[in-house]
Amino acid sequence: MAVSLAALEVGQQIGSTSIDITRQDLVRYAGASGDFNPIHWNQAFAEGVGLPGVIAHGMFTMGAAVQLVTDWIGDPAAVVDYQTRFTKPVIVEDTTARPGEAGAVIEVTGVVGALDADASTARIDLTVTYAGQKVLVKAQAVVKLP
Amino acid sequence: MTINPDLQGRSYPAGETYSVGREAIRDFARAVKATHPAHYDVEAAAALGHADLVAPPTFAIIVAQRADAQLINDPSAGIDFTRVVHADQRFVHHRPIVAGDQLVAALHVDQVRAMGGGAMITTRAEITTIDGEPTATTTSSLLVRGEDQ
Repeated sequence: MAVSLAALEVGQQIGSTSIDITRQDLVRYAGASGDFNPIHWNQAFAEGVGLPGVIAHGMFTMGAAVQLVTDWIGDPAAVVDYQTRFTKPVIVEDTTARPGEAGAVIEVTGVVGALDADASTARIDLTVTYAGQKVLVKAQAVVKLP
Repeated sequence: MTINPDLQGRSYPAGETYSVGREAIRDFARAVKATHPAHYDVEAAAALGHADLVAPPTFAIIVAQRADAQLINDPSAGIDFTRVVHADQRFVHHRPIVAGDQLVAALHVDQVRAMGGGAMITTRAEITTIDGEPTATTTSSLLVRGEDQ
């Protein structure tokens, strides 16, 4: 699917998705990214520093949320600029004893936020929520269109 | 521990080279639940005009966080890493990162602001190939919580 700038309008929704997260996903992300902070996999450690439980890496949420944009545009390399602020933690429950059950679910929706015909780019604004609250704020991905 | 007020403006030169491997791209893509074939299949990446597997949009965090570690682990910076919270993050890609790239990152401390008993530190990693080709600029704000926060 080729997306063209002319066919886009500000305010248009590009899609939405929900992402299941388990403790195993956080261990996998820790290994792949090299970020082994125990707040992302050790309940006792997380509670010891005042967190309500194990929380997802902000960078896991940021990295997973942008897949909506990548899949829509059809080329991961089209994302030339991507930013966010991390506002609320995503608490991931231990569902090890309940295989197949998510420890947390995040909802992602993308809307065309701005178009730049000169640069041939579109800014996609992502709304990312967990338990009804925004966990990423000003999550914006700029994609280069052919 | 107290944040060194002279950190702002400090730079750390490019450290060890990070070699971007195909398996690292595949592992990272799986870890962020990316399913696009250009992360896994060289032919699919080639069909989009890329020289090799394409890294996901946030892959550069691996290189950026290694650069940040130079600052966080520098005793003269006065940062207690157990009190660091990631506040914001930006990636600007000058060109896609693909398997086979040899990357280095120079780190710059752009801003240090006192926040309550702690501080907000903004760092910028300029990621280039070992031949000096600009690849990505990443910006991170790290909140170092004060003792009472």
